[in-house]
Amino acid sequence: MSKPIVATTSLAGCFGCHMSILDIDERILDLIELVEFNKSPIDDIKEFTKMCDIGLIEGGCCNSENIHVLKDFRKNCKILVSLGECAIMGGLPALRNGIPIKECLEEAYLNGPSVRENKKRIIPNDDELPMLLDKVYPCHEIVKIDYYLPGCPPSAELIWNALVALVTGDEMKLPYEVVKFD
Amino acid sequence: MSTLIKFKIDGVECMAETGAYVVEAAVENGIFIPTLCNIKGVKPRGSCRVCTVLVNGRPMSACTTPVASGMEVENNIAELNDIRKAIIEALFVEGNHFCPSCEKSGNCELQALAYRFQMMVPRFPFDFPVRDIDASNPKIIKDHNRCILCKRCIRAIKTEDGKSVFAFKKRGRQLEINVDPDLGELFTDELAAKAAEICPVGAILLREKGYEIPIGQRKFDKEPIGSDIEKK
Repeated sequence: MSKPIVATTSLAGCFGCHMSILDIDERILDLIELVEFNKSPIDDIKEFTKMCDIGLIEGGCCNSENIHVLKDFRKNCKILVSLGECAIMGGLPALRNGIPIKECLEEAYLNGPSVRENKKRIIPNDDELPMLLDKVYPCHEIVKIDYYLPGCPPSAELIWNALVALVTGDEMKLPYEVVKFD
Repeated sequence: MSTLIKFKIDGVECMAETGAYVVEAAVENGIFIPTLCNIKGVKPRGSCRVCTVLVNGRPMSACTTPVASGMEVENNIAELNDIRKAIIEALFVEGNHFCPSCEKSGNCELQALAYRFQMMVPRFPFDFPVRDIDASNPKIIKDHNRCILCKRCIRAIKTEDGKSVFAFKKRGRQLEINVDPDLGELFTDELAAKAAEICPVGAILLREKGYEIPIGQRKFDKEPIGSDIEKK
C-alpha cells in the first residue's frame, strides 16, 4: 500500500505552526516513514503533482492569493486540517478586522512611525500583488474544513497525535495539556 | 440552626443545608457544575446560563435555584454539556477573543471552560465586532472587546458606601460595561486588583502589569477548571 500523502501551506500566518511541525524532533524520521510530502514549504514543492490525502493549513485568509491557494488545497486534498489559531479564527492578523483597510494601508505605507523614504507617498498597487480582503477570514468560512487543531502554535504533541490518528485511523489522543489556544 | 436535606445529582445521593443554591451544594458534595457569571459570596445573577441543569427534568440555572428535599438534578449529561459548549462558543464569536495576545490567557475562565469542553472551533460564524478599549482610568484598563457582560464587576466591586463602581451603558448590541469616571478615580490598589481578579476574562486589566506568570504555571495550564472541586 502506498503511503498517505501530506501537503502543507502557510496563508496569513507566521510559519510558527510549521515550526511546530518540525518541533516533533526526531519523530520526523518516523513521519517520513509514515507519509509522503507533496506541495509544502518543507520540501519546497510549489505545485500539486498528485491528489493528496491530508492538507495542513496554517493561517487565515487576508488576501486573494490566500483564497486561491486554499481553494486549490480543497480541490487537491481529501482531508483539510485548520492548523492553529490563525486558520481557525483569523488570529493576530484579524486584529485589523475592526480597522478600515484604507487606514491600515496608510498606517503601513504613509503615516506609521517606521515609514521611511516613501517620498512619492505610494501605496503598492501593482497588478501582480494580491488584493487585500476587507477583513481576515477563518479558513472554514471560505472552504469546508474537516478538522481543527487549536494553539498558537498547536503543540508538536497535538500535531503528531493528529497525524498519527489520521494515518492509522485510530482515535486521536487528546490529553488536557495539549489543547491550548496560546 | 439550618437543617440538612437530601437530594440527588446524576443519581448520586447528596446532602446540603436548606436554602443553599444547587451550584454551592454541588461543590460541598464534590461535584462540579460549570459556572461563568457566578462568584462565591455575591448574590447570584443567572445571566450566562452555563450552569444550566435539569431539575426534575426542567432546565434551570443551578446558581439561582435553591436545593429542595428529594430534588433530582441532572448535570453531567451529553445534552446539557452540548448546550453549555454552545454558550461558550457563542461567547467566543460574539466578542474579539484573541487568546494568543491576551494577558489573561491561561487564567481565563471562558478559555478554561472551552478547554474543559474541548472546543476546537466555534460552531457559529465569527462576528468581529468593532469595539473600543477604555484606558481612561488611572488604575485599570477596560477592554470591551473581551467583555462578556457577566456583571461580576458590577455586582462585586463596590465603594465603602456600597455604590457600584462599574455600570451598564447603552442598550442591545451596543451594551457595554463602563467604569464610573468619578468613583473610578477613587480606586484603591486593592479594589482595582480585586476587579481584575474577579473578571473571568481579560476585560479588566491592571495597568503596568501583564504576563506575570510564566506559561506552564498559570491557573488552567495543567488541570481543567473544576478539578479542584472534583478532587475533594
